[in-house]
Amino acid sequence: MTQLSYDEVEVGTELPARTFPVTRLDLVRYCGASGDFNVIHWNERIAKSVGLPDVIAHGMYTMAVAGRVVTDWVGDPGAVESYGVRFSRPVVVPDEEGTTLTVSGRVEDKLDGGRVSVALTATVGEGDEAQKVLTQARAVVRLR
Amino acid sequence: MPLNRDFIGREYPFPGTFEVGREHLRQFATAIGDTNPLYTDVDAAKAAGHPDVVAPPTFLTTLNFRFATEGPVADPELGLNYALVVHGEQQFELHRPVRAGDVLSVVSKVTDIRDAGRNEIMVVEGAVTDASGERVATVRSSIVSRGTAAGEGRSA
Repeated sequence: MTQLSYDEVEVGTELPARTFPVTRLDLVRYCGASGDFNVIHWNERIAKSVGLPDVIAHGMYTMAVAGRVVTDWVGDPGAVESYGVRFSRPVVVPDEEGTTLTVSGRVEDKLDGGRVSVALTATVGEGDEAQKVLTQARAVVRLR
Repeated sequence: MPLNRDFIGREYPFPGTFEVGREHLRQFATAIGDTNPLYTDVDAAKAAGHPDVVAPPTFLTTLNFRFATEGPVADPELGLNYALVVHGEQQFELHRPVRAGDVLSVVSKVTDIRDAGRNEIMVVEGAVTDASGERVATVRSSIVSRGTAAGEGRSA
């Protein structure tokens, strides 16, 4: 049960923005934990041979990391009733420097049953260069 | 090579079950860098009203990959080149939190295969139930097969 109260949350309530560094090691670890060993997530040669700029992160890794902004906000991950995203652009993870994912959230709707809908924004790159990697990213959580 | 559209509507009731273990939840939480104690600390999970540690909201992706070799994606007749695949969309409807001790079953269904420009999109929906037969989750995955639409082949 989350400690966050439905009555205290308003439409427009912002979830604190967070940055998450992503390295090749993170992707390899995610391969093992998830069972998704698609070569494009760990083999630069094959990734490039199929027309990708470099190794890319698992969409599901990006989705999972972005979801932390919601679960950290509510405290109890069991409060999440639905979570969906569209992957609009691959997260490219160069060998040496990796990349950084920036995620923020905003309460976009208050629903019945003590639930709220949170819209997430996830980007890579900074300032004018920032590009959205998820669109229509949305979680519905049940509050106290 | 375009995907085999005969697969639309096919159902794959996966043989066997998927047992959710505490160590797997710990590994998965570690892999996504998430230190929420409800994933790893049984006492904390119980204090929050759960019977055992819970899974991160996207954890059921592991169930998909556990059975991937027996599903539509691995069937040679589908004609999918996995290196050309990127993820299009993903949706989890969680009727209750997945937790350690769950013994899950899944039936996957190919609900759509369609062209999207040069690419093809395939949608698979998984109905996840627990040992009592109750629906735990619905997992909808949409994958993109890059550059395999039939139109692309004709123009090449």
